[in-house]
Amino acid sequence: MSFPWASQYEPQNPLMKWVDEKLPLPRLVYNAVGAGYPVPRNLNYMYNFGVLAGFCLVLQIITGVILAMHYAPNALVAFSSTEHIMRDVNWGWLLRYMHANGASFFFLVLYMHIFRGFYYGSYKAPREMIWLLGVVIFLLCMATAFMGYVLPWGQMSFWGAKVITGLFGAIPLVGEPLQIWLLGGYAPDNAALNRFFSLHFLLPFVIAGVVILHIWALHIPGSTNPTGIEVKKESDTLPFHPYYTAKDGFGLGVFLILYCLFVFFMPNALGHPDNYIEANPLSTPALIVPEWYFYPFYAILRAFTFDFILPAKLWGVLAMFASILLWFFLPWLDKSPVRSSRYRPLYRKFFWVLMADLALLFYLGGAHAEEPYIMLSQLATAYYFLHFLVIVPIVSSIERPAPLPYSITEAVLGKDDDATLDAQAAAKA
Amino acid sequence: MIRLFGILTGLVFAGVALISFVAGFIAWASEEHVETAEYVFHKAPEDVAFSFDGPLGKWDNVQLQRGYKVYKEVCAACHSLKFVAFRDLQAIGYSEAQVKVLAAEWQVPEYNASTGEVETEAGLPTDNFPPVPYFGQGNPPDLSLITKARHDGTNYVHALLTGYADAATYKNDEGVSLKEEFPDFETPPGAYFNPYFPNLNLSMAAPLTAAGQVTYDDGTEATVDQMSQDVAAFLAWTAEPKMQERKKTGWWFIGFLFFATILAYLAYKNIWAGVKPKKSEAD
Repeated sequence: MSFPWASQYEPQNPLMKWVDEKLPLPRLVYNAVGAGYPVPRNLNYMYNFGVLAGFCLVLQIITGVILAMHYAPNALVAFSSTEHIMRDVNWGWLLRYMHANGASFFFLVLYMHIFRGFYYGSYKAPREMIWLLGVVIFLLCMATAFMGYVLPWGQMSFWGAKVITGLFGAIPLVGEPLQIWLLGGYAPDNAALNRFFSLHFLLPFVIAGVVILHIWALHIPGSTNPTGIEVKKESDTLPFHPYYTAKDGFGLGVFLILYCLFVFFMPNALGHPDNYIEANPLSTPALIVPEWYFYPFYAILRAFTFDFILPAKLWGVLAMFASILLWFFLPWLDKSPVRSSRYRPLYRKFFWVLMADLALLFYLGGAHAEEPYIMLSQLATAYYFLHFLVIVPIVSSIERPAPLPYSITEAVLGKDDDATLDAQAAAKA
Repeated sequence: MIRLFGILTGLVFAGVALISFVAGFIAWASEEHVETAEYVFHKAPEDVAFSFDGPLGKWDNVQLQRGYKVYKEVCAACHSLKFVAFRDLQAIGYSEAQVKVLAAEWQVPEYNASTGEVETEAGLPTDNFPPVPYFGQGNPPDLSLITKARHDGTNYVHALLTGYADAATYKNDEGVSLKEEFPDFETPPGAYFNPYFPNLNLSMAAPLTAAGQVTYDDGTEATVDQMSQDVAAFLAWTAEPKMQERKKTGWWFIGFLFFATILAYLAYKNIWAGVKPKKSEAD
């Protein structure tokens, strides 16, 4: 579906006409990200991150496929094959640093994309399906990133794999056999490394498939915008191309500069030094931490230290999974008809508290498991759950939203002649 | 229904987190807090100015060659360098012929299929640095990646090599005496006190003890500090031989991206010029 004023694909070149009759793939692209997709005219830079996430996925797939040509997924040689890539493969160091930092920047972009959704209420009807598919993409990205981090077979790879697969051991009754079955052994070893490599190669293509569904679902209602009010007419929109291709192109440039600063000048700043030590099952690192992008969830996992009816470890595992799975229910937890935080004064305050809470969880997830960090993470975890499951539903019931503009046109230009027409018509009636 | 269920779930998780908090707080408030010597007296390495620091950094080949000599004559007694090949040494300024000679100074194990024995042979440029058998106390790590495998690794190597002290008389920078603060602190037999090492005692005795321990060919005075800096620089190179190439390439990338981003910005402004309301219109 698209708006009735969307421009139609009309190939001029006879070859393109011929292609369009046989397989209208150019038409599909034209309608998806070309001039055939009308987009609200008031999108700000926060709406750049969807395109950037797609770019990161492509970047990771390209660098990853080439790295896989040189990497050997065998516990005996995985670490040295990574060093072989760094030392002997032409431009291997560039590929590996692009891929490793690419994962970090992918998550940075995903978080901005998700937080934009929180702020502007992008998850609300009629866009629930886009949101649900987005959460699926995020979960798949987490699984992919986790398994990718295991592949260099350094100390953090090994112990990270041991801790995370150990979580399944917390499940009552079936936990231990399940953990052994997942790992293919009692501890991470060659069997685990091989299956992680296989899945790490497969999942990005699954992600790409879900991304196509995500974009498909997006094109049915069309994009949201910072006012949160729906598109009413042509003057509310601009064609995606050239307006947003140009704007996103500039955003992509800024993103790439930041990314390249890390790749070329501080490529190991986001990693952990211990992962340059070869995996050693007999030597436990002083601090086992995942990559920075998992810190908030790791902090939630470690926050549960008290056996309240269930064992503390099981609470931690349940809470960690619940902390993301609850996003699936967000469209129905928040019943406020107003989407954008611009017109939701109370929700907006809690949004910023959530951001501060997440910043704290990011910090605490990477800290040593000692006081006062654990106590702080317990408070931050409590707020996290209260925010989404208690505060959001209650605020959406009691809040009095600010008046909304008549249309996107009015929000952008300050006036919309149709608004006065409607008012006159209403006055007459 | 979803909201009711959600509120209950949220209260349960938040409640259990808060119960954990209360239990943790009571335990934390009621128990005595014992500080450890490792926590109080562990020292972060001091910054050393290396030629390869910063975005414009370049290797100092003369220094790397001195560092190689320190590694060969001192470190290599216990530590291997398994990811580095002799041919790689061409990158620090040795000629092909020199590398052949340098490689031949090392004994590399070679499996002899006709006798079934592992024999040692003079190294070839294509060989990697040989494994080092070690039978003493402790576990000497391979040094190929050591500067990337420790926080602030290059400075750490220098600080560790120059940081040996006597625990009995050691005072930190604030003048606090270790023995007075922690009378029970002991360096076990066969271990050596060093405040830069995470648990303050390590199995490696100070390897560089006297000026002139290694004879430098270039006339540089071989003080302990100089030798430590040189070997730290050499190990920074072994950990990442492509560092200089990386930084140099980076400038091309960043330069191109700046140019492209400016063009993209101008294109964006140009395309939007017709539809963006001026501030005065919007008011």
